[in-house]
Amino acid sequence: MLDSLIQGILLGGYYAVLAAGLSLMFGVVRFINLAHGDMAVLGALSALWLVQSLGLGVPLAIVITLLGMAALGWLMQRFIFERALAGGFLVPILTTIGLGAALQNGMFAVFGSNTKSLGAHIGSLSWASWQLPGGIYVGQLPVYMFVTAVLVLGALHLTLTRTAFGRALRATSSDAEAASLCGVDPRRVQRGAAAIAVALAGLAGIFLAMRAQVTPFSGPMMLIFAFEAVVIGGIGSLRGTLIGGIILGVVQSLGALLSPQISILAGHLVFLAVLGWRLSQLAAAERGGWRLALRALTHKPDVTGRKA
Amino acid sequence: MTPAQVLPMNTKDRRLVGLACLAVLGLATLPWLGSALIVDKLIYLFILVMFAVMWNLLAGYAGLVSVGQQAFIGLGGYALIRLVDAGLPPFVMIFVAAIGAGAVAWLLSWFVLRMKAGEFAIATWVIAETIRSLVMFDPIVQGETGTSLLALNAYDPDLRRLVLYLLALASMVVMVWGTWVLLQRRIGAESQAIRDDEDAAASVGISTFRVKQRIYVIAAIGCALAGALWLASAITFQPRTSFGVQWSVFMLFMVLVGGIGTFIGPILGALVFFGLQELFGDFGAWYLAGVGGLAIFFALYLPNGIVGLWLDRGKDEPLSLRKRLRM
Repeated sequence: MLDSLIQGILLGGYYAVLAAGLSLMFGVVRFINLAHGDMAVLGALSALWLVQSLGLGVPLAIVITLLGMAALGWLMQRFIFERALAGGFLVPILTTIGLGAALQNGMFAVFGSNTKSLGAHIGSLSWASWQLPGGIYVGQLPVYMFVTAVLVLGALHLTLTRTAFGRALRATSSDAEAASLCGVDPRRVQRGAAAIAVALAGLAGIFLAMRAQVTPFSGPMMLIFAFEAVVIGGIGSLRGTLIGGIILGVVQSLGALLSPQISILAGHLVFLAVLGWRLSQLAAAERGGWRLALRALTHKPDVTGRKA
Repeated sequence: MTPAQVLPMNTKDRRLVGLACLAVLGLATLPWLGSALIVDKLIYLFILVMFAVMWNLLAGYAGLVSVGQQAFIGLGGYALIRLVDAGLPPFVMIFVAAIGAGAVAWLLSWFVLRMKAGEFAIATWVIAETIRSLVMFDPIVQGETGTSLLALNAYDPDLRRLVLYLLALASMVVMVWGTWVLLQRRIGAESQAIRDDEDAAASVGISTFRVKQRIYVIAAIGCALAGALWLASAITFQPRTSFGVQWSVFMLFMVLVGGIGTFIGPILGALVFFGLQELFGDFGAWYLAGVGGLAIFFALYLPNGIVGLWLDRGKDEPLSLRKRLRM
């Protein structure tokens, strides 16, 4: 039980990295990239290809992959998403779904359907663990991944709050037009944000490839997990994303105690519950809060027009 | 308020409708002339048309861009499996299963219709995944393995094919014609007003939730009916296939290529998709990647699809609903 709890928290770091990219795109560029999970898989398979076919070392492969993914994000924003965004809310959804289908099947055609893992290339790290007092074993890899996740999100947070780019990004996110009046080029900022978001997706994909296996069709599930973490933690804050990721990780690993099927289902149910609760809060707020909403239900409206 | 008046159809459209009626009559006699293979393929085509028309009704006319209609495709199939397993007659149960899925959609509508755009898209998808996980707990389904509609094997294969073909044809005709009628009525104008601007629609007194709810439930019933028919022709029920997100990708592709928010668009899109599948389906993954690429191309450069090409040349869209309401 405690064991699962710790594993769940550590898993949360991976989900947070996955979700942070999605959240950043949604916050700054204002659309949900439905191919986010597929881009993560692309990152994972590219890193694997660099290691297995070109014989590069794992750290070098990771660096190259992340740079490549950032460049890809920039290019996608420049040549696809910018155009898509001009077409209202429908076109980005259609475009990114098409992109997802193209990526999944393209990767399937290029890399084959075999499940792949980086686990074999990172030596003892994939199974080494520390023993905590109380006879609990904690894998070294999950701990390193969690620490990396926290560092990356922390660095991102500092970038957003302390640098000129971060200021421009936050300004663009709250009002692109006003930002451009103040001398910020929103397109450049959005391209930068897309580069960061896709690089984060690539990092999450590499994490997945290290701790488990990846297939070209893992993307949609990763997208769903990312979205769940974003919604559970609340859109628009990196701390919330980290918390959402941890909650999702804990719920999934506690659910896995019962059965592997329940693990994922538990995540879905918590997501739907959080979403439902938030929607009900919104609906109540529209009617002047819960008390008024309930009163409106129990008391019949006064048809005579007299003040109650 | 005076009721909306519908202007009479122009001659071209009337001719088109006449042709469509003839085509349907021709299709109805085809099983006695064509080979079993052609009949099977046409059943699939009819199912595709139903999916496209229903998704267009949902996304193109009511602005509800769902990525989760596979929930109802799968539920229709699953309900059919369950009902037939209880010993009820399979062909009748196809329709009962669809109504059952509609009831689920009605319950879900209270939840999902409160969401906006992207949130709605992904939440519907998660709901489809959730329903799939739940269905997989049913011992009959045997988890990933799935099950078969064995009761249908009791029928002579030729008779089964004939009945399914006629049922699919009839369902398709009813759905296409029903959508036409529905869109001519008040709810058609109301749903399009909501699609274009929900707040503005609410401000002129449209009960937005009720309109969206009706469309959502109708689209769910339509998808479930097509899904149950698909299951009855494929026989094997596998949760991953029936509840797969690929259905949403297909629906979106057909509607996008044909022309979203137009009446004839999804039908053209289904024909194009069917043709592509017949021509290039053997290329497997490359074909599907190409479909994805084509979807991106259409979304970016031809967002109004094939019908949009017509409109760009200044020609009238066939069977347009745009100019036919006089309020």
